[in-house]
Amino acid sequence: MSTAKRVEFSGTGIPIRGNDIDTDQIIPARFLKEITFEHMGSYLFYDARIDENGEQKDHILNDKKYKQASFMIVEGNFGCGSSREHAPQAIMRRGFDVIIGVSFSEIFSGNCKAMGVPTVTTEPERIATLLKVLEDNPNTRLHLNLETMVLCYHDTEIPVYLPQEKRDSFVQGTWDSLGVLKANMAEIKAIDQRLNY
Amino acid sequence: MSKNTLYDRVWDQHKVATLPSGQDQIFIGLHLVHEVTSPQAFSMLKESGQKILFPNRTFATVDHIVPTLNQVRPYEDPQAEKMAQALDDNVKEAGIPFFNTDSGKQGIVHVVGPELGLTRPGMTVVCGDSHTSTHGAFGSLAFGIGTSEVRMVLETQSLALSRLKVKRINVNGTLKPGVFAKDVILKIIQHCGIKGGIGFAYEFGGDVFDAMSMEERMTVCNMSIEGGARIGYVNPDQTTFDYIEGREYAPKAEAFDKAVEEWKTLASGPDAEYDEVITINASDIGPMITWGINPEQSVSVDENLPNLEQFSTQDIGTAEQAYDYMKFTPNSPATDININVAFVGSCTNSRISDLQEAAKVLKGNKVHKSVRMIVVPGSQQVKKEAEEQGLDQLFINAGAEWRQAGCSMCLAMNPDKLIEDEVCASSSNRNFIGRQGSPTGRTLLMSPAMVAGAAIHGHVTDIRESL
Repeated sequence: MSTAKRVEFSGTGIPIRGNDIDTDQIIPARFLKEITFEHMGSYLFYDARIDENGEQKDHILNDKKYKQASFMIVEGNFGCGSSREHAPQAIMRRGFDVIIGVSFSEIFSGNCKAMGVPTVTTEPERIATLLKVLEDNPNTRLHLNLETMVLCYHDTEIPVYLPQEKRDSFVQGTWDSLGVLKANMAEIKAIDQRLNY
Repeated sequence: MSKNTLYDRVWDQHKVATLPSGQDQIFIGLHLVHEVTSPQAFSMLKESGQKILFPNRTFATVDHIVPTLNQVRPYEDPQAEKMAQALDDNVKEAGIPFFNTDSGKQGIVHVVGPELGLTRPGMTVVCGDSHTSTHGAFGSLAFGIGTSEVRMVLETQSLALSRLKVKRINVNGTLKPGVFAKDVILKIIQHCGIKGGIGFAYEFGGDVFDAMSMEERMTVCNMSIEGGARIGYVNPDQTTFDYIEGREYAPKAEAFDKAVEEWKTLASGPDAEYDEVITINASDIGPMITWGINPEQSVSVDENLPNLEQFSTQDIGTAEQAYDYMKFTPNSPATDININVAFVGSCTNSRISDLQEAAKVLKGNKVHKSVRMIVVPGSQQVKKEAEEQGLDQLFINAGAEWRQAGCSMCLAMNPDKLIEDEVCASSSNRNFIGRQGSPTGRTLLMSPAMVAGAAIHGHVTDIRESL
């Protein structure tokens, strides 16, 4: 996994409507029985997309017009529920680089960051407008800049938000914390000795 | 920003450094591992040629995928067997203590940690499981992490974290008969919403918590995450110290006394400052049931399901979706809801006191002919204790099935699942669409006593009427 700086993102977007979309919806628990993440992309929103006979349901992810989308636009409390990283893995492996929404579950957001996927937020009215724009025009190009914290599409520019620390880690390229954590090995060992347990 | 709370104290005691991004590097004192979220982490560790840093701070058990009927290996489900085998191999290679089904100590990870005395005040505790918040009951900072973070903890025993705000939730007064810890947390989530805790650690306090046993505190903290709060805790007190004393991994003799003196310094002081404080009266809490598709959609059992007009524009969409999925009618009495399945179990409510409460209600009664009921103890130790008390026989005589320890029907990763659109009265923690193994299955969350009451009558029942 490369820890390249993640500053600018460009692509088309898929509108996913619904508040409180939980991790069981994003990836049903039975798929967590695989011991690698390899196939997670094909299980994204599985039960919402595929019926009991294996036939495709009427779900926007099955719509060819959004096949190339690399932005996922969502509403409130997206990713609530489990800490299963399989959920953001499914999203990332399906080809999404960025998720933009009203709000996110913290554990989900942290898991996305560990994979280099920013979960930026903006106001509900702006999300509502963007969802409609993408539904009307699937080819709308989106451009996100994490230095300026601005999302552009058509001739619109909207502010987006990310906690300062998360945003800095994407821009600096330290979103995969492993390297920065390891740098303090001496201090880690000191605390291990100091703790009363 | 909070000040002088337990959260602040424990955070500062475990801070390794401030990272370039401004996040804190926090040392993780106790890492609990189970089979679902660890295989990829161990693989990543191995692929990069690294080793686990502190195997002595890491403990594993197997819980999500174990069958509760036939636990003989190899498991019938080849995927479950593969997963169990991966954990067997990984713990052996890493030199981690493993409470497997041969050990007599296996069980749901959040039941096992506390009962073995692994969880103690003032710790930072993580596990690849969102209900890790359970361990906050001991006055620790305990939270769920994803697989990549599991890998980071294995390799560096630390994580990059952002400081949370602290919301103090007081519940004052005395709980009425028939009202349990499960009802308290369902009420709190109803009050604050499933998003209320995003960005916060919840500190639970007040008369009701002072009076609670450790098992009751664990039930409440377990569901902090369902309210959006990744961390939920209760300040440690004599109840906490008494619970821990004598447990297998707890410090002993002088070491225990010394530890207690240190634990006494942790609790939020009278000078504590919180980002928010809310107070709920115990008298406002009745036996609760969820009726919808997330844990905030609940009512007291003597109420009707809410009218759609009661919902804000923000929540109406989810409410309509809930009524549609659950096939319930707004404004109908909660007690009209028929059930097909009754499940006592899960990391929320599978400890000995939970089984005792369910047994009290079932005693002298039979499970309704239209209901199948399973009772799943939270660990092999809980199972043993329950059997010593004759609870297993009581459940069996009433017509329920007595199972072996595991996560069971809480989530769909083992053979215990709902069939089609069955309605399940469940003592678990999530009622999301499809949660219990059927894409059309319907979950009602409630206390173990309420599950037993529903099991007897075949529909949601106000257990206070028979008390």
